[in-house]
Amino acid sequence: MAGISKPRRRHGRGADECAHFERHRGCATRKPVRTGQRPMNKREIMMDVGELKRPRRWHILVFLTPALLIYTAVMILPLIETLRQSFFNTVDGEYTFVGLGNFNVLFGDPRWAADFWNALRNNVIFFLIHMAVQNPIGIALAAMLSVPKLRFSAFYRTAIFLPTLLSFVIVGFIWKLILSPIWGVAPYLMDLVGLKWLFAPWLGRPDSALIAVSLISVWQYIGIPMMLIYAALLNIPDEVIEAAELDGVTGWSQFWKIKLPLILPAIGIVSILTFVGNFNAFDLIYTVQGALAGPNGSTDILGTLLYRTFFGFQLQLGDRSMGATIATVMFLIILAGVSLYLFVIQRRMRRYQF
Amino acid sequence: MSKARSSLARTGAVHVALIAYTLVALFPVFLTIANSFKSRNAIFREPLAVPTPETFSLIGYETVLKQGDFIGYFQNSVVVTVVSIALVLLFGAMAAFALSEYRFRGNTLMGLYLALGIMIPIRLGTVAILQGMVATNLVNTLTALILVYTAQGLPLAVFILSEFMRTVSDDLKNAGRIDGLSEYAIFFQLVLPLIRPAMATVAVFTMIPIWNDLWFPLILAPAESTKTITLGSQIFIGQFVTNWNAVLSALSLAIFPVLVLYVIFSRQLIRGITAGAVK
Repeated sequence: MAGISKPRRRHGRGADECAHFERHRGCATRKPVRTGQRPMNKREIMMDVGELKRPRRWHILVFLTPALLIYTAVMILPLIETLRQSFFNTVDGEYTFVGLGNFNVLFGDPRWAADFWNALRNNVIFFLIHMAVQNPIGIALAAMLSVPKLRFSAFYRTAIFLPTLLSFVIVGFIWKLILSPIWGVAPYLMDLVGLKWLFAPWLGRPDSALIAVSLISVWQYIGIPMMLIYAALLNIPDEVIEAAELDGVTGWSQFWKIKLPLILPAIGIVSILTFVGNFNAFDLIYTVQGALAGPNGSTDILGTLLYRTFFGFQLQLGDRSMGATIATVMFLIILAGVSLYLFVIQRRMRRYQF
Repeated sequence: MSKARSSLARTGAVHVALIAYTLVALFPVFLTIANSFKSRNAIFREPLAVPTPETFSLIGYETVLKQGDFIGYFQNSVVVTVVSIALVLLFGAMAAFALSEYRFRGNTLMGLYLALGIMIPIRLGTVAILQGMVATNLVNTLTALILVYTAQGLPLAVFILSEFMRTVSDDLKNAGRIDGLSEYAIFFQLVLPLIRPAMATVAVFTMIPIWNDLWFPLILAPAESTKTITLGSQIFIGQFVTNWNAVLSALSLAIFPVLVLYVIFSRQLIRGITAGAVK
């Protein structure tokens, strides 16, 4: 694989270089690409470029500027500015540099620390529930969908992916209605399978609310691991499977020994996407449990804490500096996760190329 | 013979499991839409039944359309989504072309810089984004949302589109250059038409988070005249918690456009996800 890709890239470059000087008529007439008498020699091209003086290629700037401008102005600069503001606060009515003061307050001050650690802990649980439920179900669904010659597989795929497209608002309210004891759909359904005694107003209880919300979120997002792992399974060449079958490795042991190692990179991608999504989540909790993330803060995660802190809620006043501090902590958590994935997990993961 | 039977049994089991999960995935959506067409009594008496002539009622939809300005919210959502997608596609394709077509100093660095935004969520900059919008008087305008969503969509668009642009044949572009086409003409007339399928994929990917977003409308444009459908239904439903007809109808109205678009584009979307995952 590597042997093939390298020369191809060099060829691409060669063509690029030619593109620059072809706009000088001289080059184009001296060495027309289209005549096709013989493929151009790369060394010849490189020499030519060295001899010619490059004109300023303004078009590159024109092509890049709009995207760079919007991206930098609306995304990167605000992000940097937010990080900067986490080092500032208003002391005695004056806006001053406080160093790590805000972080000390967030981690240690009794007014903030309890809320913060609670939100962080809930966020970690939120993520762990996703990993523990979403990935196994997603892998199972993908494995079933990739059974060869399965009928209606396109229909199943389309249907199971649908919830992923709905907004958190819709998903949140639908499940709030279904789980509501007033409407009674959930107890009714559980009665059908004889489990009615298990029903409880899960969203209203501090000990079960976080699990319930996490599972709603899993229900919504199951489509993404399913699709990514499904694609990875489809990419396993038939020869590998055939070879396994000739060796007598079939069924379960084939899945565990052959397919699972081959789809590990896809599972890695799913995990990091879930991580970023979870530590940045807000909408679903806000819709289902409100900005206070009740009952009694039991579903409060970093996203809802950031919202309440920055904008204020009910009696609490908005606090820009502490909001920026929480956003910075979220940024660092996500950055740590992404770096861990990119520099440790992805590098160590064995990739098989066919 | 026994092998064939066992494989038949296995296929059967797979179907049962998949049907079961499909029901789990579709049931809540079905429940909402079916009940939105029923009278209040029927909603509570038989939540699982489909509407019959006796129980059919549009009272929920009447309330929604009378009380909330859903048409206005819907328009706002369409404007924000369509303009953002157009900008993401145009600017994203231009940047992707520059990065994949030309070699210049800082090319790789520029690619990495733009790729940062794929992993780091734009939400984390909200504090300063709001300040910036306040300073430029853009709060409570659709422009603010469009700017944010364009910035949010660009990184992934550039990444996907430049992958595709590398597959456009160099011979074709060089032929265009010999025929005297400018670099702009080559981009707009030769390259863009060729990567239309990739653009469609990017459009669908960009659309979903924009249409569904609650965070930025809530923070940057919560005014009545700029509410998007997601924020509008969120607030509307919050006010009408006890009016089940209205809540279910509002939810159905919010689901409906997504459902229609999904039916049209599902193939494109699924192909995009499965193809993109490989890289």
